[in-house]
Amino acid sequence: MSRNTPPPIFLQRAGYRQRRIRDAAKLLPFLGMILWAIPLAWVHGDATTDVGTAGLIYVFVVWVVLIALTAFLGSRIRADGDQTDASGQGGDEAPR
Amino acid sequence: MMPFSALVVVALVYVSFLFGVAFWAERRAASGKTAWLYSPWIYTLSLSVYCTAWTFYGAVGYAARSGLEFVTIYLGPTLVMVGWWWILRRLVRIGRAQRITSIADLVSSRFGKSTQIGVIVTIIAIIAGTPYIALQLQSVTLSFAVFAQSDGSVWVQGDFNQTALWVAVCLTVFTVLFGTRNLDANERHTGVVMAIAVEAVVKLFALVAVGVFVVWGIAGGPGDMLTRIEASDIDLWDQESGRWVSLIFLSAAAFICLPRMFQVLVVENSDERHLAFASWAFPLYLFAMSLFVVPIAVVGLDLLPEGSNPDLFVLTIPLFQGETELAVLSFLGGLSSAASMVIVATIALATMVSNHIVVPIWLSTQGQQGAMMSGDVRNVILRARRISIAAILGLGFLYYRVSGGGTALAAIGLISFAGAVQVLPAMLGGVFWRGANRIGAGLGLVTGLVIWLWTLFLPSFGIDAVISQTVMEQGPMGIAALRPQALFGIEGLDPLVHGVMWSVLLNTVMFILGSLMTFPHPLERLQGAQFVNVFDHSKAAPSWTGAAAGAEDLLIMSQRILGSTEAQAIFERETERQGRIGAFPEVTPAFVDRLERELAGSVGAATAHAMIGQLIGGSSVSVEDLIAVADEAAQILEYSNRLEAKSAEQERTARALRDANAKLTALSIQKDAFLSQISHELRTPMTSIRSFSEILREGQMPQEVLTRYAGIIHDEAVRLTRLLDDLLDLSVLENGQVVLRKSTGRLGDLIDRAIGAAGLHDGLLEVRRDPAKEDVTLTTDLDRLVQVFINLISNAHKYCEVDKPVLTIDVTRQGNMTAVDFIDNGGGISPENYELIFEKFSRISDESKAGGAGLGLAICREIMHRLGGDVSYLPQRHGTGFRVVLPKHAISPALEKT
Repeated sequence: MSRNTPPPIFLQRAGYRQRRIRDAAKLLPFLGMILWAIPLAWVHGDATTDVGTAGLIYVFVVWVVLIALTAFLGSRIRADGDQTDASGQGGDEAPR
Repeated sequence: MMPFSALVVVALVYVSFLFGVAFWAERRAASGKTAWLYSPWIYTLSLSVYCTAWTFYGAVGYAARSGLEFVTIYLGPTLVMVGWWWILRRLVRIGRAQRITSIADLVSSRFGKSTQIGVIVTIIAIIAGTPYIALQLQSVTLSFAVFAQSDGSVWVQGDFNQTALWVAVCLTVFTVLFGTRNLDANERHTGVVMAIAVEAVVKLFALVAVGVFVVWGIAGGPGDMLTRIEASDIDLWDQESGRWVSLIFLSAAAFICLPRMFQVLVVENSDERHLAFASWAFPLYLFAMSLFVVPIAVVGLDLLPEGSNPDLFVLTIPLFQGETELAVLSFLGGLSSAASMVIVATIALATMVSNHIVVPIWLSTQGQQGAMMSGDVRNVILRARRISIAAILGLGFLYYRVSGGGTALAAIGLISFAGAVQVLPAMLGGVFWRGANRIGAGLGLVTGLVIWLWTLFLPSFGIDAVISQTVMEQGPMGIAALRPQALFGIEGLDPLVHGVMWSVLLNTVMFILGSLMTFPHPLERLQGAQFVNVFDHSKAAPSWTGAAAGAEDLLIMSQRILGSTEAQAIFERETERQGRIGAFPEVTPAFVDRLERELAGSVGAATAHAMIGQLIGGSSVSVEDLIAVADEAAQILEYSNRLEAKSAEQERTARALRDANAKLTALSIQKDAFLSQISHELRTPMTSIRSFSEILREGQMPQEVLTRYAGIIHDEAVRLTRLLDDLLDLSVLENGQVVLRKSTGRLGDLIDRAIGAAGLHDGLLEVRRDPAKEDVTLTTDLDRLVQVFINLISNAHKYCEVDKPVLTIDVTRQGNMTAVDFIDNGGGISPENYELIFEKFSRISDESKAGGAGLGLAICREIMHRLGGDVSYLPQRHGTGFRVVLPKHAISPALEKT
C-alpha cells in the first residue's frame, strides 16, 4: 500500500482501532463457546459433587459478560457504509 | 377461581388487541410514519419468535427433567447473535441486495435460481415445521385445559381437539389478514412484526412476573432460592457433554435456518444497523427468559403434588397459590408465544410454498402468455399464500390429532430443529464458498433430509408406529448398518446426537463432494460471486487507494474527456489546494475521487470509474460496473442514433433544397432561352415584313412584283399571328386557365376531322387506318383532342422525309388504357431527344421545312395533361411514333366492349 503522503496519524490510529474492534467482535462467539464448555470439564472431571448452583451461576455470569462485551463492541463498531471504510486496507472483508 | 368462560373472553380481548396493534402499525406504515415501527427495539423484540410456547412452558419442564440442559436452547442463538459480524451481517446484506423473500429463496437464488433447490428446501421446511406448529396448538390447548380443570370440569379428548381446532382457525384468520394483505416486494409485514413485538413484551413480562413471584413470593429471595435449588432433586448437570455441545450447535444452527427465524432476522430487517443493536439486546432477552426457569422448576417440584406436569408449572404454580391474575398473565404469555410463532412460521412457509411450488407450477401450466400479465401472477400468489396458510395450519392441526397430543409431541421440538438445520451446509457453503454449486447443494439437502427422516423423524412417532421394533433393532431387511439409531453400527450414542451428527455430517460431505466434482452453470457462478463477495458489490465501493497512476496520465485522460482547458483548470486548482508548486498535483485518493466525479459528469459514473480504474489499476471491475458501463453505452448509442437520424434528415432537406435550387436555375435558364427564342421567332417575320413594306413605300415597281411583295407581307403576318396564337394557347394551357368544353363523339370521326384539317391536299402522305378499332365513343373536350391529332398528323406530313411517306393510325388497348398511335415510316428520333421534342421551341431537324415555331408538341402535351391523358414518344424500329393515351374517364363504359 503505497501512499505518497501519509494521512494524519490520528486517522490511521482510528482506522487501526476500528479494525481491532472488528477482530474482537469476531472472536466473541469463540470466547463464548470456550467459556460455556468449561463446566463440562468440571462435571466430567474429578466429579466433585458441588458443581450444581455454582455452575448455574457461572453460566449466567458468562452470559452477562458476553452481552456486555457485545454491547460495548457494538457501540464502537462502524457498520461499513456509514463512512468510507478506512480506505479498505485491512482486508477485513472476505477474500476477493 | 376464574370461570373458564372469562378466560376465553380475556383471550379474545387480547387477540383483538393484537389485531388493533397490527392494524394500527399497517396504517402508520402506509402513511409513511415508520420511524418508530422500524426501530431496533422492534427488530430485537420480533426476534423473540424464537421463544415459542415450547420454550415458554416447556423450558421449565425441561429443567425439571434434565437440569440445566434447557439453557443450551438459548446459548446457541446467543452465540450466533454475539458473532453477528460473521454470519448474520452477511445474510442480512445478501437478503437486501438480492431481495430475498425466504430461506428457500436464498438457497435457490444462490444456486442459480434453481427451482428444484427451492422445492427441496420448502419440503424440508414443511416437514420440519408442521410438528412444531402442532406443538404450539397443543400447548395452548393444554393451558386452556389447566384453567378448565381448575374450574372443576374434566376435559376429554374431544374438548382438546375442539379447542385446538378453534385456536388453529383463529390463527389462520389473523395470519391471512395481516400476512397477505399486500404483496410487498421485500416481503415485509409491518403489522405482524408489530404484533409480535407486543407479544414479545407480554411473554417476557409474564415469565419474569412468575419468576419474581416464585423467588420473592414463595422462596425468600435469591439466597434462599439457591439453597432450595441445591437441595432439590434436579441434577443440574445431568447431561453428557456430547449432548451439551450438540444442542448448543443445534440451536445455533436452527436459529438461522428455521424459516420463521430467517423471516424476522433477514426478510423483515429494515436496517442493517439494527443487527448491531440486537446483537446484545436479544441475548439479553434470552437471558431474562431463562433466568427464572430453574427457580420455577424447583419450586414447582417442591410445591405441587407428585405427578403434576412440569411443563405447565408456569401456569399451575400461580393457580395453586391462588394468584389468578398472575396465572392469566402467564396464560397470555403462553398464548403470545404460540401465536407469534405460528403466525410467522406460517407466513414464512406460505411464502415458500407459493413462490417455489405453486407459482412455478402455475407458470408452467399457463405457457408463455401467463408470465406476461403481472396482475394475474399477483392474484395467483396472494391466493396461493392464503390457501397455503390455511393448509399449513390444517396440517399442523392434523398432526396434532394424529399424534394424539401426547408426550410424543413434546420431544418433537428438537427433532424439528434438526430437520431445519439440514439447510445449514447449503446456506453457509453458499454464502462463504464460491465453489459451492447446485448439484452439491441438492445432493446434500436430499441426503440430510433422508437421514433425518430415518434416524429422527420417523422414529419420533414411537416404536411400531412407522418403523417397527424389528427394524429398529436389526435394521431394514436385516442390514444392521442401517439401524435408525445406530447407523454404521455405531451404538450407544444419544439418538438426537446420533441423528444430528450423521445427517449434518453426511449432508456436508455430499454437498462438498457434489460441488467439487460437478461444474456449475454460468448463472450459478455469477450468483456465487455476488453472494460470497456481497460486501464488495453492494453499497459504496471502496475509494481509490494505490496511486499507481501518474498525474500526467490522469491529465491526458481528463483532457480527452473534458477538453484541455477545463482539465488543466481542475489540475491547477488541485495543485493550489495542495499547496504545491509545479504543474501537477499529488495523486491522492481524495483527488482521484474528485476527478472521478468530474469525469462522471461527462461520461457517466460507471465509465468514469472503469476508466480511472484502468489507470489506477487498484480495483477489479465488478459485474455491476460492467453492466452499468453497458447501460451508459446503450444510452450513448441511442443518443448518437438519434443524432444520426437527425443529421440524415437534415441532409435530406439540404438535398431537396439543392434540387429545388437546381430546378429554379434551370427554369431561369429556360426562361432566358424562351425569351431569346421568342424574340428570334418574332423578329424573323417582322424583319421581312419591315423590309418588304419599305420597298413598297418607295413605289415605282410593276404590279406583279407589288402583288408578290404584298403576298409575302401577308404570309409573314399570318405566321406571326399563328405564332402569337400558339403562344397564347400554351400560356393559357400552362396556367390552367383553359376551360374544357365536353362533348361526345366517335374516335373515328375525330380522326377524320383531323386528317381533313391537317392540310394533306397534296396527297403525298398515305394514311392507313383500321376503322373497326376506331369505334370508340369518347366524352371529353373533342376540339382540343382533334387539335392534338391535327398536330401529330401535320408533323408526320412535314417531317417524314421518305419517297413514299406512310402514316399508320392505330388504336391499341391495354387493360383499361386506350391509346391512339401515330406511326410514320420516317427517320425517327434519337433516344436523347425523346423528351426534348416536347419542350417549347424544340426542333430536331433543320428549320427549312419547319413551318412552326416548335410549340406544337409542347401544346399537345399540355392539352393531353389537361384532359387527363398523355402523349409520349413511341420508339419504333423504322419511323417515328407518337402515342396519345386517351383519358380513362373519357371512354363511355357502355360502348367500351366494342
